[in-house]
Amino acid sequence: MSEILRTDVEPLVQITLRVNGVKHTAAAPTRRLLSDFLRHELRLTGTHVGCEHGVCGACTVLFDGTPMRSCLMFAVTAQDHEITTVEGLAENFEDSTAGTGSITTTMSPVQQAFIECHGLQCGFCTPGFLTTITAYLKENPDPTETEAREAISGNLCRCTGYQNIVKSVLRAAEIANERGDSA
Amino acid sequence: MFGAPVQRREDPRLVSGNGRYLDDLGQGALAAAFVRSPYAHARILDIDVTDAIDIPGVIAIYTHEDLDGNTTERLPLLIPHPDLTNPMTGYCLSPEVVKHVGEAVAMVIATDRYVAEDACERIKVDYEQLPVVVGLEKSRAAEVLVHAEAPGNIAAHMVQEVGDTTAAIAAAPHRLALSLQIERSASTPMEGKGVYARWDSDEQSIRLYSSTQTSTGVRAAVAAKLGMPLAKVECIAPDVGGGFGVKIMHPWPEEVLIPWAARRLDAEVKWVEDRREHFISSAHERAQLQDIEVGFDDAGRVLGLSVKFWHDNGAYTPYGIIVPIITSTQLLGPYKPGAYRVEFFSMYTNTVMVTPYRGAGRPQGVFAMERTMDAIADYLGLDRTDVRSANFIQVEDMPYDHGLLFQDGRPLMYDSGDFPASLAKLKELVGWDDFAAYRAQAAAEGRRVGLGIGCYVEGTGVGPYEGGHIQIETSGRVNVSTGLTSQGQGHQTVFAQIVADELGVPIENVFVTTGDTRRFGYAVGTFASRAAVMSGNAIALAARNVREKALRIAGDALEVDPGDLEIIDGIVRVKGDPESSIALATVAVMSNPLRYAFDESAKAATQFANTGAVDYSKPPVADGEEPGLEGKGYYSPTQATFANGMHAAIVETDPQTAEIKILRYCVIHDCGRMINPMIVEGQVHGGVAQGVGGALYERMVYDDAGQLLNASFMDFLMPYASEVPHVETDHLETPSPLNSLGIKGAGEAGTIPVSAVIASAIEDAEGFPITSMPISPDELWNLRRQHADGLIPDLRRGSRTTSNSHKSTNA
Repeated sequence: MSEILRTDVEPLVQITLRVNGVKHTAAAPTRRLLSDFLRHELRLTGTHVGCEHGVCGACTVLFDGTPMRSCLMFAVTAQDHEITTVEGLAENFEDSTAGTGSITTTMSPVQQAFIECHGLQCGFCTPGFLTTITAYLKENPDPTETEAREAISGNLCRCTGYQNIVKSVLRAAEIANERGDSA
Repeated sequence: MFGAPVQRREDPRLVSGNGRYLDDLGQGALAAAFVRSPYAHARILDIDVTDAIDIPGVIAIYTHEDLDGNTTERLPLLIPHPDLTNPMTGYCLSPEVVKHVGEAVAMVIATDRYVAEDACERIKVDYEQLPVVVGLEKSRAAEVLVHAEAPGNIAAHMVQEVGDTTAAIAAAPHRLALSLQIERSASTPMEGKGVYARWDSDEQSIRLYSSTQTSTGVRAAVAAKLGMPLAKVECIAPDVGGGFGVKIMHPWPEEVLIPWAARRLDAEVKWVEDRREHFISSAHERAQLQDIEVGFDDAGRVLGLSVKFWHDNGAYTPYGIIVPIITSTQLLGPYKPGAYRVEFFSMYTNTVMVTPYRGAGRPQGVFAMERTMDAIADYLGLDRTDVRSANFIQVEDMPYDHGLLFQDGRPLMYDSGDFPASLAKLKELVGWDDFAAYRAQAAAEGRRVGLGIGCYVEGTGVGPYEGGHIQIETSGRVNVSTGLTSQGQGHQTVFAQIVADELGVPIENVFVTTGDTRRFGYAVGTFASRAAVMSGNAIALAARNVREKALRIAGDALEVDPGDLEIIDGIVRVKGDPESSIALATVAVMSNPLRYAFDESAKAATQFANTGAVDYSKPPVADGEEPGLEGKGYYSPTQATFANGMHAAIVETDPQTAEIKILRYCVIHDCGRMINPMIVEGQVHGGVAQGVGGALYERMVYDDAGQLLNASFMDFLMPYASEVPHVETDHLETPSPLNSLGIKGAGEAGTIPVSAVIASAIEDAEGFPITSMPISPDELWNLRRQHADGLIPDLRRGSRTTSNSHKSTNA
């Protein structure tokens, strides 16, 4: 499958995968976690690592469309698979706090809902919620409040008390409906 | 803008993966990992690195012997206090004896974190195990000492008294005694700590990034430890993934060691704490044993209150005795007892040190006071809210001086608050007076429900000071900086709201930087619900200074009195004559006389631009003026502002399984004027969630050997969405008279009374006293058995409005 490239420090393998629609190839040791591979080899640091034992959900990415904990997977197992990270949810982005960007913002319904509903505070757990909810709304585009709460109850957040995240799920469904597309 | 639920300026960046947290920086840096003690108390006999040093990729391994200069000394005692007679602080790397599991013993630097951890596993440390002290009971018994220097395991002993408490209690018509207990929890931010240091060998300087709540504090401590001039050390707090108190403690050993290694290796070095490290080597809070004696009259008025408590401070006391001081003072809440005596012992144990965690001693104090209020009501057969009302400080008593010294070394004096109004709102929100009917209906369905209440006052916005700097660029962009840091409070938004209002500029033009010593070097930090009060007011002052300067310059240009000018939407104009105007951007150009034009707009400020109109008797920069449209402000209040709130909850306890479910959670919150109610609500929600964790789920399970048995998210039960109730909120806005914005802090409020409220509700449901928190279903189940066996008394319940329909069924 993959060849060993270097043996001086640690054997490296060539890993090829698609992330947010773009094909990436990078070398990494076989034991490299997918979360670390995305963050450090591909420099996609939007995926966060909160516990490294699969409980907090901050590292959740979409693996062929399904939410997965990237801290519980080796990068090599993602060979030839399609990954979506938080960076892949919006098409464009304007940095309002630096005041330098002028790109048109196209937030996804879930991202937009989090902004509108104050669904994040420190923002560290947020990428995992965004990916989880994005996949969930594809399955259930019109959840009740109870269903929305259930849908996010596998991810930890220490800041928000979840109330505005529940609200964000419902609002995201609304925005998606308004836009006439899926989340 | 002030008072509006403005959407956060941080969010577009953070929801699109463009945040920059500590581990997102320094991608090419060397990685550090630590060998930490597996024993709670042990002598280090030998450290053998032979098997580790030759691992490919390992750059260096350091033990205490390798350190030099001030890094070999103990870490600083941050907050000395005369009553902290036996302070102890740890080392960067332990030289001889480790005092808790998790204490750092060796540091490995490698090309990669995986390799660094490989090396840590191959370092052999030979320990001689020593006897261990875990828990306050063992600490008090003092058969074993944590530190030989602290006899009786006592770090501090403090007494404060107002009035003659013993006499007041003795003379009171009624007396009660309570023994209470609260266990440990911890801040547990989603992002642990982390440090990244860049040594610049050309400039002989350090740039340090830390996931901290005080970049100025870390900077000063690192400069001192590394023996460097302050001017050669900069510290930046990047995006920080939550703090909740643990990151105000500093310098952590790693904050000293990482820049030390970067300088020594002439390389970039980074360390990112993993979850287990956070559990066993950061800080915890909360554990206390409390003995209370109270004397009161027939109306439930407290005539004398005597509280004695023991506070578990863990193995070290670098943050002084701030937490127990806060417990001992904020315990009083909205009440005015006739006489008050408080005595505490801060005790050493061989566990992780205790430093402030959201609430910082207040949850324990409120637990003590509110359990006492409920006990008085039960004893007298009065409604629990009536007893509280009988003890409230009234609006006309404000400002109210308790006669005690608060955590800032200044008098404990409440600035404002309307406690009767808060209680009335709470009773209405939760339906206090209708609860008896609800309980009866639930009982008819075989369900057991209870109603609980808790009131608190929170000293927020403690000094000594914060500052703000504002600079308007020639583009009209407004740069705001303040030294304190952000961990999710929305500072880039709320401070921009204040500036937009004060300056009269669109909020889109305002850009806020926090926690970067390159931009603002004087600051204290973000803790004690102080950022909005302190930096908010400092920034408002800075904005007023800049505004005044802008009007002065514009007045000159428009040849009008500055008093006749206003600034609307970034344009300075004459009141009543909007045609006569000048853009702030242009004022910025004029404020800085130039020799060289760097762009079109700058031409207007160059020396030959308008020679005709120049008065040659005056210098280009007027006397007393400085170039640039910028200004500073510092806010240093005489005392803290006191926010307050009251919570009520309805819980249901399962008659069979003793499972505890919160059916409703209601909050009345008064933090003065709100800059952004959406953000305040968010703070309350998050605070309540942490409170619920501390009341029902979270604890630090140490065994007798000092091993933390639940040091993972699998075992430490941090609440998910499924455990946190929907929070119903209502607000009072009693302005603080202490600052011009009328604001008080809001950060910790939600957390403070939750354990008291839930205990009150469970007690109400079960019909016997709840004296220890947190409480799990199996603990409640055991309490029911003890109650059935007569080991725990019934509540007296008397003529309480909430009727007694409970029967003990499950014993």
